[in-house]
Amino acid sequence: MTIAEKEQEVLEEFSMFEDWMDKYAYLIELGKELPLIDEKYKTNQYLISGCQSRVWLHAELKEGKMFLTADSDAVITKGIISLLVRVLSGHTPAEILAAKLDFLEQIGLKEHLSPTRANGLSSMVKQIMLYARAFQIKSKEKKS
Amino acid sequence: MDIERIRKDFPILDQQVNGQPLVYFDNAATTQKPLAVIRRISDYYLKENSNVHRGVHHLSQVATEAYENARNFVANYINAEDSKEIIFTRGTTESINLLATVMRSWILPGDEIVITGMEHHSNLVPWQQLCESSGGKIKLKVLPVNLDGTLDLGFLEKMLTPQVKLLAVTHISNVLGTINPVKEIVELAHKKGVPVLLDGAQGIAHAKVDVQELGVDFYAFSGHKIYGPMGIGVLYGRFTWLKRLPPYQFGGEMIDRVTFKKTTFNELPYKYEAGTPNVVGALSLETALRYVQQTGLEKIFQHEDKLLKYATEKLKEIEGVRIFGQAPNKAAVVSFLIDDIHPYDLGMLLDQMGIAVRTGHHCAEPLMNFYCIPGTVRASFAMYNTLKEVDIFINAVKKAVGMLR
Repeated sequence: MTIAEKEQEVLEEFSMFEDWMDKYAYLIELGKELPLIDEKYKTNQYLISGCQSRVWLHAELKEGKMFLTADSDAVITKGIISLLVRVLSGHTPAEILAAKLDFLEQIGLKEHLSPTRANGLSSMVKQIMLYARAFQIKSKEKKS
Repeated sequence: MDIERIRKDFPILDQQVNGQPLVYFDNAATTQKPLAVIRRISDYYLKENSNVHRGVHHLSQVATEAYENARNFVANYINAEDSKEIIFTRGTTESINLLATVMRSWILPGDEIVITGMEHHSNLVPWQQLCESSGGKIKLKVLPVNLDGTLDLGFLEKMLTPQVKLLAVTHISNVLGTINPVKEIVELAHKKGVPVLLDGAQGIAHAKVDVQELGVDFYAFSGHKIYGPMGIGVLYGRFTWLKRLPPYQFGGEMIDRVTFKKTTFNELPYKYEAGTPNVVGALSLETALRYVQQTGLEKIFQHEDKLLKYATEKLKEIEGVRIFGQAPNKAAVVSFLIDDIHPYDLGMLLDQMGIAVRTGHHCAEPLMNFYCIPGTVRASFAMYNTLKEVDIFINAVKKAVGMLR
C-alpha cells in the first residue's frame, strides 16, 4: 500500500466515529497497545523534548525502506504516533519526504501537530523528515 | 456578590469551545479582562495617546497626568509609603530580573541568596544566573517544601546565616496554592538583617497586599493576573533600597543630564523606567484594580475559597486522585493527578469538553521533581467562576478518566 492509500484507510476508519468521544477512545486504545519502540531506544538520545509529553523516536533503513518506531508517555500522543508510524513506516525516504500528512487535518487532529501544543508531535514529524533526508543523502553517496 | 452580573462584564466567557460552553479555569495563568479595562485601553488610543513626560503640548500633559495618577493609585492599592516606590515594568518576571540585575551591587562573592523549593522559574532562574555569573562565589540555597506544600519556618531561620543577603520567596504558590505566612517570614528575615522579595504574581489577585504591614522590601506583580492587561507589571521597592541600588537600563526618561563625558540619572521612580513606558498598560491596570476594589476584595476571596473547597471536596471523591498542595491556608488553585494518567491526556480531553485548565510543570520543574511527577493538571479560579462550572468540570474529569482508565 502507498502512503496515500494508508492515509485513505485511516480516514475511512475515522469516518465511522460519530463524535469526538469515539475518536479519542480509539486513539486511547491505539495508545494503550504494547510499546511501539524497543525499550533500548527509550533513552535521552532518542528523546524529542516536547515540554508536556515526551516522545521517543527511532528510525532505521532496511533495503532502502525506512522503519520507524516511537513512543510517548502520554497515551493520546502515543495514539497519534501510532497513526503516523502506521502510515509512514516501511516506505522509502523519498516517499516519506513527499508525504503531506493532511489526513490528520481531515480527521480533526491537526491541532495536535501544532508546535504550540508542546506535545512533541510536530518535532517528531520534523525529526522523521530529517531522518528521511539523511538516509536519502547516504544512499545517494553509496550509489555514486 | 452577584456572579451573573460580574460575568456580563467579561464577554469573553460567553462563548463555546469545541461545541461546549467555555469553562475558564486557567486564571492562575492569566485572568480575563472586564469591559471597563478593555474600554480604558481603547479610550486611551481614541482620545489621549501621547508620549509622557517633558511634553509641552496638551495631550502629552493629559497622558503624563494619567500615567502618574495610575502610579499613585497602585501605590495606594498596595499601601506603599510613597508612589516613588512603584516602578512600572512588563510584569513579575521583568520586575524580578530588574532586581536581580541591580542587586549585583549588593550581593557579592561570599554571599548567599535563599529561595524556596516552590518558586516559579521566574523567581529562581534570575537568582541562579546571578550566582553563576559570580563563578560560583555566590551561593543559592533552597528552603525545601514540606510534602503538604507548606514551608518550614524553623528550618528557614537556620538557613538565614550572616552570609545571606536576600530572601526571595513567593507570596502564593502558583502550583500548590499555598498562601505563605509572609508577614512572619519577613519578620524572621529582618531579625537577621536579610531583605525580602516577595513574588506576588499570584498574591496580588488572591490576598490583601499591604506592603507596609508586611514590612516587605520588594514586591513584584503582573497586571494580567488581576484582570488587567498583559505587558504591565510592578516592582515595589522600599525607597531607601531603590535609592541605593544602581539603574537597570539606560536611556529615555531615566536620564537626568547627558554629555559625551558623563551622564547623571533621574530620580525615582524614573531612574528605573528607561524608554517609553507602557502608558496604556498602567492606565488600564488602574482600571482593573479599581474594578477589584469596587467588587470587594473580601467578597472575591470568600467566593474563590468557596469554589476551591467545593472543587477539592468533589475531586477527592474521585478514586485515585492525588492533590498537590494541602496547606491549611490556600488560594484558588488546585493541582492534581489521577492514578498514573498523564496530565496532558486529561487536559486534552477536558479541552474537548470546553474546559480550560493548565497541564504540565507550571514553570516549577524543581517542584515537580520533588513530587516525582511529570506535571499536574491545575484548575484555578477567579471571581467570575461558578459552582455550576465546578460541577461541569468534575463531571468532565470523571468522563475523561473513564476513557483513559
